[in-house]
Amino acid sequence: MIVGQQKPLEEIWMMIRDMRKVLVLGCNSCVAVCHQGGTKQAEILASLLRMHATQAGVAVELDVMGIERQCEHEFFKPAMDAVAGADAVLSLACGVGVQFMAEKFHTTPVYPALNTTFLGAVERPGYFTEKCQACGNCVLAATGGICPVARCAKRLLNGPCGGVSNGKCEINNELDCAWHLIVERLEALGRLDDYEKLFPLKDWSKDRAGGPRTFKIEGFLP
Amino acid sequence: VNFKTDSKLEQILAAGHLAVTSECGPPRGSDPEVITRKGQLLKDHVDAVNVTDNQTSVTRLSSLAACIHLKLMGVEPVLQMVTRDRNRIALQSDILGAASFDINNILCLSGDHQVFGDCPDGQNVFDLDSMQLLQTVRHMRDNGKFISGDDIKRPPRMFVGAAANPFAEPFKIRVPRLAKKIAAGAEFIQTQCIYNLERFEAWMSGVRDRGLHEKVYILAGVTPMKSLGMARYMKKNVPGMDVPDELISRLAGVPKEKQAEEGITICLETIARLKEIKGVSGFHIMAIEWEEKVPEIVERAGLFPRPKISSE
Repeated sequence: MIVGQQKPLEEIWMMIRDMRKVLVLGCNSCVAVCHQGGTKQAEILASLLRMHATQAGVAVELDVMGIERQCEHEFFKPAMDAVAGADAVLSLACGVGVQFMAEKFHTTPVYPALNTTFLGAVERPGYFTEKCQACGNCVLAATGGICPVARCAKRLLNGPCGGVSNGKCEINNELDCAWHLIVERLEALGRLDDYEKLFPLKDWSKDRAGGPRTFKIEGFLP
Repeated sequence: VNFKTDSKLEQILAAGHLAVTSECGPPRGSDPEVITRKGQLLKDHVDAVNVTDNQTSVTRLSSLAACIHLKLMGVEPVLQMVTRDRNRIALQSDILGAASFDINNILCLSGDHQVFGDCPDGQNVFDLDSMQLLQTVRHMRDNGKFISGDDIKRPPRMFVGAAANPFAEPFKIRVPRLAKKIAAGAEFIQTQCIYNLERFEAWMSGVRDRGLHEKVYILAGVTPMKSLGMARYMKKNVPGMDVPDELISRLAGVPKEKQAEEGITICLETIARLKEIKGVSGFHIMAIEWEEKVPEIVERAGLFPRPKISSE
């Protein structure tokens, strides 16, 4: 899922302080799972902003609602009137939702309340870890199901750098070395010899390097 | 013997001599005198001088430019090239640029992470890793082609090297990792600084078991300790460095003003022991900001004078 983290309150306040009527809009899919962008968090954020407005002596009307997903047209029906009546939308969606709204509501400013941080997993409640960079050309078959593109700080494809110690990455001793995990996993699978297979130069054109990506299922809908 | 390159280092190794290389870090400024002074210090005592490529991710004068300065003064450079800062276009371009000055040795590295340097907020590239850079240089040299498959007019003729850290984890892939670098095209290896000789000997034994010492020239890396503080720092703060406690206590056992001398003595003892290990083809002496000590180490280690090769 997509993981996001709320921006500092002051940064959010600076975005909206000149608006008189703001819709604080939660997104109840991915970013609600990580307790940052759902309707509940939208309500809390709106309360904090109201206090901030009072302290600053500024009158800002903050309405709150949430929809299932801000990245798909069909979920917007219940929010259309609220958006139309607002000077601006403060979206608690990921960067996808914010942009989707900005395109959908051409004359309404849409501000991001979150920093979209990564594609990750719920390791345990309240702890999320990056697992995928959506490089567009999955290498997991060769690396025992552990991704060096997303999880090695140097995205090395042929093994660990010299900086690993106690199985941890040189840049942060709380971070597992992806290649340490890969080697352990290959051994557990009885495939340690596969480590010596050279991984060829990667085709990064499927990644961000190739420009924005699209995916179209032919003949899916007229 | 037919050589694929004009590298003096390759010819010395092929003739069966113990090779000696050293290292020169470019300055944080544009004064070429810093490089030529280090080159002058090392000139007669080593066969080739590595030039580091923005080591520890601190921005410095470029490795390629510094190599050119050395080449022009008659010192054989080893161009260190990391994949951290340049994509495959820039890497191939710089290889050709180096080849245009007949820089005949290259050491292919991934590079330290930028978080350790002066631009921790910068992007890293890592379009290729060190193994893929090895493959790239060999492809350019042996096939005369770019990565794209296009022909290169006057391909680079470089002797191709890689680094190896016998001490890093996971230990079970240390020998396989060397085999992989050889398969990728490495012809010589310069190792991480060796302080733990027992572990190095164990690694070399694994290397010999697979006959890898016959496929690649291994230059054993040594760095003299300048002080107890340096030894402690390296043990604690340099990832992948194996500094045994005995070495720390040995330095701690001599007065502060004698520690540098003791560091040199330890370094000489290390070289003497490394000379006995089958498969060690030479030494890479990295005297970090202590280049003036290299001639003394080379002489006292019995590695002087350096062999002359016929083309000189």
